Amino acid sequence: MPSYNTSDFRKGLKVQIDGDPYLMIECNFVKPGKGQALYKCKLRHLIRNTVLDRTYKSGDSLDAADITEIQAQFLYRQGDTFFFMDNESYEQYELGMDTVDDAWKYLKEGMNCSMLLFNNNPIGITPPNHVVLRIEYCEPAVRGNTATNVTKPAKLETGAELIVPNFVESGEMIKIDTRTGEYIERVKE
Amino acid sequence: MSEPGWLGASDSEPPDSSTWGPTADWPALRLRAELLRRTRDFFDRRGFLEVETPLLSADTVVDRHLDPFAVQVGKQVCYLQTSPEFAMKRLLAAGGQAIYQITKAFRQEELGPLHNPEFTLVEWYRAGDGLTEGMNLLDELCQAVLQRGPARQVSYRQAFLEHAEIDPLTAPLSALRAATLRTGTPPESLRHDDRDGWLDLILVEQVQPHLGQDQPAILYDYPASQSALAQVREEDPPVAERFELFVAGMELANGYHELLDPQVLRRRNATNNAARVADGKQPLPEHCRLLAAMEAGLPQSAGVALGFDRLVMVAAGAKRLDQVMPFPFDWA
Repeated sequence: MPSYNTSDFRKGLKVQIDGDPYLMIECNFVKPGKGQALYKCKLRHLIRNTVLDRTYKSGDSLDAADITEIQAQFLYRQGDTFFFMDNESYEQYELGMDTVDDAWKYLKEGMNCSMLLFNNNPIGITPPNHVVLRIEYCEPAVRGNTATNVTKPAKLETGAELIVPNFVESGEMIKIDTRTGEYIERVKE
Repeated sequence: MSEPGWLGASDSEPPDSSTWGPTADWPALRLRAELLRRTRDFFDRRGFLEVETPLLSADTVVDRHLDPFAVQVGKQVCYLQTSPEFAMKRLLAAGGQAIYQITKAFRQEELGPLHNPEFTLVEWYRAGDGLTEGMNLLDELCQAVLQRGPARQVSYRQAFLEHAEIDPLTAPLSALRAATLRTGTPPESLRHDDRDGWLDLILVEQVQPHLGQDQPAILYDYPASQSALAQVREEDPPVAERFELFVAGMELANGYHELLDPQVLRRRNATNNAARVADGKQPLPEHCRLLAAMEAGLPQSAGVALGFDRLVMVAAGAKRLDQVMPFPFDWA
């Protein structure tokens, strides 16, 4: 298994500790003038998102994590199981709710997403930054009130709830930023 | 085992080769020049002689954690100096009374926001000085150049008691190891009996961040095991007459009441090389011209090496070395 020496340590490195995949989110080199060189690292667990504080000394090494990113199409949802297909190999993956996490709110059949694999097993899914979804239901717009700062909840075709401006109507298509989970604009079909 | 040319960790990817401009802006470079002037003025007024010594020498400081760049010169292996210490002490033994220099120094495996493998040192020695005079002169220079008021002088022991609630000189190893757990998981590869390794970890994570915050701090009386080239004062427990300057949690300078006994230096060189080999590093030459100079007689003296780039950082309020050097290593 390839490994990284402390000289390779830097932000963004994907490593494996006790069999789990971590992303190095911080690496500080500290060395007392006459003392030992130390590398103070923060590592984020790529599945659980917990952060680990670890200190290494020069000469230590960490195993590289076998992480790959593929483009996969969302096929359909069955209960709490989500089915995806690798765009290149056509291999199918079943992801549980815990792996899909918040991404379920934006998943529409046929959507192209990026999927992270650790040792060839899916560990995360990221939808496109912007998605267009239909509003399943919301309260009708209050007549005459066109201010954009008046908002209301809306139910999307995926079943997720989103805060939208008052003027948006049921059945309309809207663009959403999946990174912030915020409404951007109405889209004409 | 460290390979030649092996460097330390970097914060980010180096820029591509089309990047050619300096990383420091002109106000920072003008401040740098101004501090060089103030430093020379400080020593010139006190009658110090400015000297220059070789950067390339067959001799080098034998330290467990200092790695010089080795350079092949014909059939000979020479070392880029990690500090001008050996040559300056030879000048002291030859009758130098008060000498200083501003020079480049080189250290392998040191690269980061506060480290550059090539950096500028201000180093000085004055015959007749002991620990107190050495610390006071460092404090005066710091005041003259930084204008931040006098430094607080605090012993290594006192600083550990204040900030880590542990006695670094007498606490058992198990207590030192337990104390490091407060700030995260220590390196698994740190040997259980490596007392100085555990002390370094506590110093860096729990003590140093507090040093020099309100006013500069000078830490003194280090554990005897970290004496480097300082005299050890035989008391119970014995301490090394070594001192360091910290400003805003950053180490700026290291000084000694200088070791005079060549026999002791021979023993320390052998001990340091044994530790280097155990760490998987190359041993360094133990015989050097400094030993001959010490046999001839080195005067009682104190000497200090100060990291000039970091001094400029403090004056400029900078967070990283590349803000005060035109071309740090990745841009060089």
